[in-house]
This record gives sequence, structure tokens and C-alpha cells, in this order.
Amino acid sequence: MSQYHPHTPEETREMLTFLGLNTLDELFGDVPQSVRGSVPKAEHPGLTQMETLREMQALAAENTQYTLTLRGAGCYDHFIPPIVPQLANKKEFLSAYTPYQAELSQGVLQAIFEYQTLICELTGMDASNAGVYDFATAAAEAAMMCRERSRSVALVSQAVHPDTLAVMNTYGFGTDTQVRTVPLKDGRTDPAALREMLREDVASLTIQQPNYFGQLEDVAALFQAAKEAGVKCILAVNPLSLSLLPSGAEVKADIVCGDVQPFGLPMMYGGPHAGFMACTKDMIRRLPGRIAGQTADADGRRAFVLTLQAREQHIRREKASSNICTNHAHSALTASIYLTYMGLQGITAVAESCVSKAHYFAQELCKIKSVNLRYNGEFFHEFVTDLPNPARVEAALHEYGILSGLPLDGGMLWAVTEKASKAQLDRAVKLVREVCEGE
Amino acid sequence: MEIKQGLWYAKTHEWVEFIDDMTAAVGLSDYAQHELGDLVFVNLPQAGDTIAVGKMFADVESVKAVSDIYAPVAGTVSEVNETLLDAPEAINQSPYEAWIAKVEGITARGELMDADAYAAYLDTL
Repeated sequence: MSQYHPHTPEETREMLTFLGLNTLDELFGDVPQSVRGSVPKAEHPGLTQMETLREMQALAAENTQYTLTLRGAGCYDHFIPPIVPQLANKKEFLSAYTPYQAELSQGVLQAIFEYQTLICELTGMDASNAGVYDFATAAAEAAMMCRERSRSVALVSQAVHPDTLAVMNTYGFGTDTQVRTVPLKDGRTDPAALREMLREDVASLTIQQPNYFGQLEDVAALFQAAKEAGVKCILAVNPLSLSLLPSGAEVKADIVCGDVQPFGLPMMYGGPHAGFMACTKDMIRRLPGRIAGQTADADGRRAFVLTLQAREQHIRREKASSNICTNHAHSALTASIYLTYMGLQGITAVAESCVSKAHYFAQELCKIKSVNLRYNGEFFHEFVTDLPNPARVEAALHEYGILSGLPLDGGMLWAVTEKASKAQLDRAVKLVREVCEGE
Repeated sequence: MEIKQGLWYAKTHEWVEFIDDMTAAVGLSDYAQHELGDLVFVNLPQAGDTIAVGKMFADVESVKAVSDIYAPVAGTVSEVNETLLDAPEAINQSPYEAWIAKVEGITARGELMDADAYAAYLDTL
């Protein structure tokens, strides 16, 4: 294969002449000799295109390709219409970086603005930022937005994703914010325990909906208790569920955050995702990260800019409440394309299909002796079953190209999306039955 | 440039109007608002906050900068001017009416200048 040449020898000579130098060594004369010798030289003679392709295909063949994925736990296997990557991979979108120069970045700024608009419509909130990295960073940043001088405790349901809790704790360590977990009762946040914990030093309450175990929380009631104690309410939500469940505005959330991965982003190896954050108008100046705004140019034409930048660390310096400066913009763009293509009707149909198939699968699984639902509450598209020997169930399904639910202590956390067919689910049930009843 | 008589001024350009020995209103001087340019947001303290001389207790945001406001006296914030949340430009328009916070239980004063001394100080800048 040809090698990458940033400059031809002629160009190098021209630039050296312009600088009044004779050799490249003179140009790098200021770099100490001890450092200069350490650049490794490429020893590989290189491969032809054909050889390269063969090697890459052999590597790719080592990936396990599942025909059915029954595992979610924060990353979900939804159908991605081909138009989504087709549009998202337009080279104009792939080359654009942080749009500091509004004049040069109208396309990407408009894309961000439309993403923000979609997030606001979905969550019912007043304002959205351009996105952050993932659910964990979104939830941690949201909790940090709520700190006050006299309120430095962040409450979070024990049923939040463990990775999210870990990142919240990391943020808390750096900012002297105490993160306290609210215990569960029957797989859901315990309202009585919450009431005890709503003291005067509490700044925020974060509830995940549906929660890590797939259960639907009574968010409105939990938030009402928090509001009465002057505590800010953060809804950490799977955005797909918002097509069926009350919006953030309807449960009186101050901030809604989550991950747009269910919207057109493949599972890959767990990333990159894109975290979303939206809030009420009175919290806009605490919202971290980029915000694209709409304005008019000198000729009165619709134009886009980055706005409210005085919130951010390149202006506010050490007093900025957040140091997040970038985001997974391309993932956010991909989600926008998915949402635009699917529309509200489309994602509602997807959500209904997930709910219906997950409930069918749960019902069939529970016909197996020794398999039963661990919690009694309603669920969305994920649920926990008690199960003897989860490791053996995982291995048995793997053999048939099915990724099982996530093994938990004495059970399994299953997720079902619209991609599963009835025949596939029936087959999975049969395999689980063989393991469980064969013992 | 207006320097209102009867007020006290800090080197960091806050004004103080003493209502009595223990209570005062605090704002930004005409010089300060002029230097900052058009203000778009005021981040107010909260009633009940304890403030210390020379420590940041609020900040103001212009289009491209954020500037701290330092407490010219020590005490407890008794009231904040919430009208500034919707109309930060009031500080630009009438800096000596647009008080930011009222402070009670004053325990200490910073190095404050009267109007003439502040005028002389501005001449040195």
C-alpha cells in the first residue's frame, strides 16, 4: 500500500528555503539530541491492499456475532435503519470539529441545534446542551449542577446503573460532594427511606427510570417528596421510554439526563455513546458543555452560534462549575438523524414492541420451574429473574449464538428489544428450560 | 463617570451604603460597570450567606467575561436584589440604585474610601 506523505520533498525544500534553512535537522535544532533519537522507525515493510484486507477480515472473523442479544444494562440492541449511518457518515459531518468559529461551522451548529430541539421535545425541558459523553457523565454533571453553598449532598437511588454511581462518586470526590445512595425495596427506590434522607444539606435526588433492574419507579411521588424538602430533582431516563412514560416536565424534574444510545447507535464495544442533559429555564446557566443557539446574521438571515459561553471553563476558568469541554458530537448527530427519520410515531412503535416482547419473554421464562420474576413492580423492556446457575445459562445460550441476560447473583437481568422475533425468544426459552430443568 | 457622594468604595470597585453601623447595601460603581461593559447575568448570593471582607460573594457576566464581586464588609446577607436576575442591565443604567445585596450584622469593614478618595484612586489607574 502507498505510504502517507504529508509533504513532497519539493514542498519541504520550499518551506525550508522560506525559513532560510538548509536542512530539516536545522529546523529541529532546538529539540535536544537525547529526545530526537527516540522516534521509532517503521520496520514493517508494509502490506499490499489485498494482504491488508485479508488480515483485517481474519481479525474481524474473531468477533462473536450474536443472532439475538438479550442483554441491555445500559446498552441496547435496537434496529438501525440503513439511512441513519448513510447520512451520519457524510464526510462533511465526519471532518468537522468543535465549532468555535461559527462562520465556518453553520452545518454542524445547525445539527447540534436540531439535536437540542429534539431532546427538549422528548424531555419537555426548556433547554438542552449539545450532549456529553454518556449516561454516567450526564448524571454526574447533573448532580454537580445542583450544588449550593449550604447543600452539598447528592442523593441517588441504589437502582441507578453501577457505572453511573461510580462516576458520580468520582465527581463527588473532586468537588466535596457527598453521594449517598437511597436503598431499595422490592427492586425500587424505597420512598420511606428517601424521606428519612431528605435533610437540609441535600442538594439533589437522582432517580433512574426505568431503573437498572428494569423496574418503573414512581418518579412523580419521589420527586414530590424531594421538592417539599427543597431538593432538586434529576430524572435519569432511557429516552426511548419517554415515548410511553411521562416526560421530565410532567414529573416536575429540574434536570433530565440519560443516554441516546438506543437511538441509532450500535452497541459496538460499549461506545461511544452520547449523554444528553436538559433542564428548566432557571438552571440554564448551570448547564455544562456546549450549547448551540439560533440568531440572525448581519443580513437578518437565520444563523447558529455557540451561546452562553461565559458558563464554560475557557471563560470562567477555575470558577466554572464543570470542566467538560467536548462531547460525542457525532453520536448525538446520529441520534438526531434516527429521531428525525423515525418520528414520535416511530419511536413509540419501537417502545411498544420492546415492552410487548419483553413481557412475552418474561411470561414464557417464568413457566420454567425455578425461574421467576425477582421483583413485583411493572417493568419496561428489562427485568430480573431468579435463576439457578446463571453462568450455565449464559454458556448454553452462547453456544447457540444468543447473548444471555446479564448474570447477577442468583439471577439474570434480561433485556428484549424490537429486534427479537417470537421464534427466537421461544428458542431462548427452550434453551433456558433445558439448563434449569435438566438439573 | 459618576462617583456618588455619601457612599464608601472598595479598591475592587464595589460601593457600600451604610444604613447604620450594622447594616449596608452593596453594589458596583459606575467605573466598574463601564469597564465590564453590557452585563447579561448576575449570579447573586443567597440570603443567609455569611460573607467575609475581600472574598468573592457574587459574580457578574458580560458577553465574554465573568467577573467576581468581592465583599467590602463582613456580615450576613439579609436580602438580595432579585430584580437583577431579569434585568442585569440595571447595573449598567443606574449603578448606584442597582444594589446587589444587603448585609446585616456587619462585623468588619474592608479598606473603604469616601467619594473624594475613590476619585483620586481612579485617577491613578
